Amino acid sequence: MALTDEQLERYSRHIILKEIGAKGQKKLLNAKVLIIGAGGLGAPAAMYLAAAGVGTIGIADADVVDLSNLQRQIIHSTADIGKPKVESARETMNAMNPDVNVITYHDFVSASNVRELVRDYDFILDGTDNFPAKFLINDACVLEGKPFSHAGIIRFKGQLMTYVPGRGPCYRCVFKNPPPKDAVPTCKQAGVIGAMGGVIGSLQAMEAVKYITGVGELLTGWLLTYDAIKMEFHKVKLPADTHACPVCGDHPTILEPIDYEQAACDLKR
Amino acid sequence: MTDISFDEELDITDKQCPLTFVKAKVTLDELDEGEVLKIRLNDGEPRENVPRSLADEGHEILGLDPNGDGTYTLFVRKVGD
Repeated sequence: MALTDEQLERYSRHIILKEIGAKGQKKLLNAKVLIIGAGGLGAPAAMYLAAAGVGTIGIADADVVDLSNLQRQIIHSTADIGKPKVESARETMNAMNPDVNVITYHDFVSASNVRELVRDYDFILDGTDNFPAKFLINDACVLEGKPFSHAGIIRFKGQLMTYVPGRGPCYRCVFKNPPPKDAVPTCKQAGVIGAMGGVIGSLQAMEAVKYITGVGELLTGWLLTYDAIKMEFHKVKLPADTHACPVCGDHPTILEPIDYEQAACDLKR
Repeated sequence: MTDISFDEELDITDKQCPLTFVKAKVTLDELDEGEVLKIRLNDGEPRENVPRSLADEGHEILGLDPNGDGTYTLFVRKVGD
């Protein structure tokens, strides 16, 4: 379908790019991206993807907007306090760009629903804030053959990597298992600088746009880390050998996603 | 006056930058390699920038002629798919 004059104008800065063009913009409009977590990472990612004209954006989060979220979760406003985050996120995205069909999932992701959830989408963004969810999303994406962007932020640090089936290691190849639940601080206990979600969440949105349009090199086989205190980015090469991985390796032992136990305070966030 | 046969015609005299170039670019996208697009554009910014931007994309500029009414006619051959 041809782009309308309004779409040519709205997306003109994309279309002008030789690498994107009208062809790439149509790919974005036909794409389906799922964002799990409408928080520090999901908020900027969702806004950039909506503005970019990703035609279908799914957003999953069980929480309601809390006053303490607003320091970094820029998709929500003060007037949204008490509202489900997915509703608040949808309103912001549709206000920015009515081209976008937003599908909301006001629910926790768990082993019982995560495979079905990712199945409908072309690319998934992990914007969650806890290890059990990160392993759950990784395993579901590996099992369903879906590419995804992993990211995590805490204090003044952030990291991300991209998984594409058959093109390098998955999150579990690198991190094996969740740490013991009392061994790691949650971001509620540790704090996080607000703009960190903007830096790392925007990079996740960039990876999604590049995957959809087929432009450039993805962060597959690499982990990018950012330390804001030292003002240092590092691109760390990951081991290419995935044979022994229990989920994406040659002889997988994980055949379904696993619900790991979460620290109690994580569940309320 | 260049006398060139063309496959498609476009008028961008009602458009502002960057839509002038965007409209020309997406119209060329729909053509086959080697086909020629005839574009009517305004003097000033469109005349200066549209031919240059299309050339930067690799297309071949065949001619740019004044129409005598403040508009120009640009002929461009599509290069690449």
